[in-house]
Amino acid sequence: MDAQAQEIRSDTLRRWGLALPAVTIITLFSILPLVVVVIYSFLAPGDFGGVRWQLSVEGWFSVLFERDIFDDTVTLSDAHLTILGRSVALSLATTVITLILGVPTAWFIATRPARQRAFWLFLITIPFWTNLLVRTIAVQEMIRSEGVFNNLFLSVGLIDAPIQMMFTNFAVLVGMAYVFLPLMVLPVYAAIEKFDFRLAEASYDLYASRLYCLRKVILPLVRPGIIAGSILVFVPSLGAYVTPRIMGGGKSMMLGNLIEMQFGQGRNWPLGAALSLTLTALVLVALVWYTRLTAGKRRG
Amino acid sequence: MADRAFDTRRLPGAATLAIACFAILYLPMVILVANSFNEGRVIGQWEGLSLHWYGKALQNEAFVAAAKTSLILATLAAMIATITATMAALATTRTRGFKGEGAIHITLNQPIMVPEIVLAIALLIIIAQIKQATGYSGLGYLVIAHSAFCIPFAYMPIRARLEGMDLTLETAAADLYASRFYAFRKVTLPLLAPAILAGFMLAFVISLDDVVISDFLKSPGQDTLPTYLLGELKRNLTSEIYAISSLLLLISVLIVGGSWLLTRKKT
Repeated sequence: MDAQAQEIRSDTLRRWGLALPAVTIITLFSILPLVVVVIYSFLAPGDFGGVRWQLSVEGWFSVLFERDIFDDTVTLSDAHLTILGRSVALSLATTVITLILGVPTAWFIATRPARQRAFWLFLITIPFWTNLLVRTIAVQEMIRSEGVFNNLFLSVGLIDAPIQMMFTNFAVLVGMAYVFLPLMVLPVYAAIEKFDFRLAEASYDLYASRLYCLRKVILPLVRPGIIAGSILVFVPSLGAYVTPRIMGGGKSMMLGNLIEMQFGQGRNWPLGAALSLTLTALVLVALVWYTRLTAGKRRG
Repeated sequence: MADRAFDTRRLPGAATLAIACFAILYLPMVILVANSFNEGRVIGQWEGLSLHWYGKALQNEAFVAAAKTSLILATLAAMIATITATMAALATTRTRGFKGEGAIHITLNQPIMVPEIVLAIALLIIIAQIKQATGYSGLGYLVIAHSAFCIPFAYMPIRARLEGMDLTLETAAADLYASRFYAFRKVTLPLLAPAILAGFMLAFVISLDDVVISDFLKSPGQDTLPTYLLGELKRNLTSEIYAISSLLLLISVLIVGGSWLLTRKKT
């Protein structure tokens, strides 16, 4: 009995030893920095950036509210609410657009003959693995004032002056939908590929209409892929920084850009820290909702 | 009635939308590459095919330095991430459960659950202070930070492979008096090699792709290709930017194509 306990102990020790380097690196360079962010969010801002070691909830307070400099009246912070609302709204819109384009594409690929499938999938994986910044530059060229669309419309005579599309919510939306589209296609494809089409045939044999079959037979079985794709698009959209910075500039900021600003020109590190944690919390809520949804499916 | 036997795999409109989707994905990239071959200075005005801007980029010391930094950084970070992730995957698979397994699992997946900008800010706070305290401002910070967020990506394929691996070969080796290490070296490792390579490539691309964390942590003169590109973009949109972007695009095509050919041979 003792020998067995000893063996379990040494096995556990051996496994911890093997995992230790990876666990240490992540703890020191990913978890510990976050703990510092939590601490900083409860401190007072320093005069030239940084923090003063003094307990304060002002950072958290400023996420949603602002105080008048003269009479100390408290109002909701319009600027922050706008950015918060924009981040959520644009991320949802990005998810919807990628769903509309991505699901039929995944369907198309999954229903090709096996040999062709690899080729179409390959076409999705190339943009998937291409640098995000490069893809943002590519989509920017399409809609900027001297870009492809404006040049085309001008030369055809459709417009007299270039349409200003950059630095708007539209530009950010186009940019995010473009860069995150492959993230939708891949998981949905994986789900449709596993679908047994004999089930659809059976439902048709039983006089189900095409729509009924889609709704009652195909959709329930493909849903996990659609949910996974939506999360994969929504989460990075919410935290996006590079794409809104290039496409939206200072005019159409997202949460990520607002956070960066607090550590740059804004010089309000505690607010930046509190905003970072707000963003992290939003992402975690989405992830928890996702795991509960999929776990529920498996049980039921 | 017989000809009503329709194809269950047909979804009206799917093909049209799919073709539109591929066009949307590829048109901007094709135009980007086309622009990089434009002789002229002004983007959008075609003045003839030329490699002028590629030559210009290659003569540009800042670009060459950034390319070198990116390559060194991605190689080192991917190596550290792959080695530690392989060890961690060996620790967390093929077990009936051990004390702290859950904690290890959560830790190893933590970096992907936090938005990149948040991680960048968090690292900036800590590393700025370490830089000041130690006086060291080398590439080490970027290497270790990249290793940290690359570990989950290297860990995933290696762990998946280990979980699907047949244990009988290792048991056979052990029955034949192979030591644990010998069995690992001669049996487990060769079987695991494709997954380790996949993990390394994933980590390499993830490191190469990173803009935000590198941009926040770099010391002066430590530009990587993406941060250099971002800096140039702030100043002016030039054909040289398009040439550099096209080169980065080429790298991903080569990596994806390479791994595609590798896996195709297997099946």
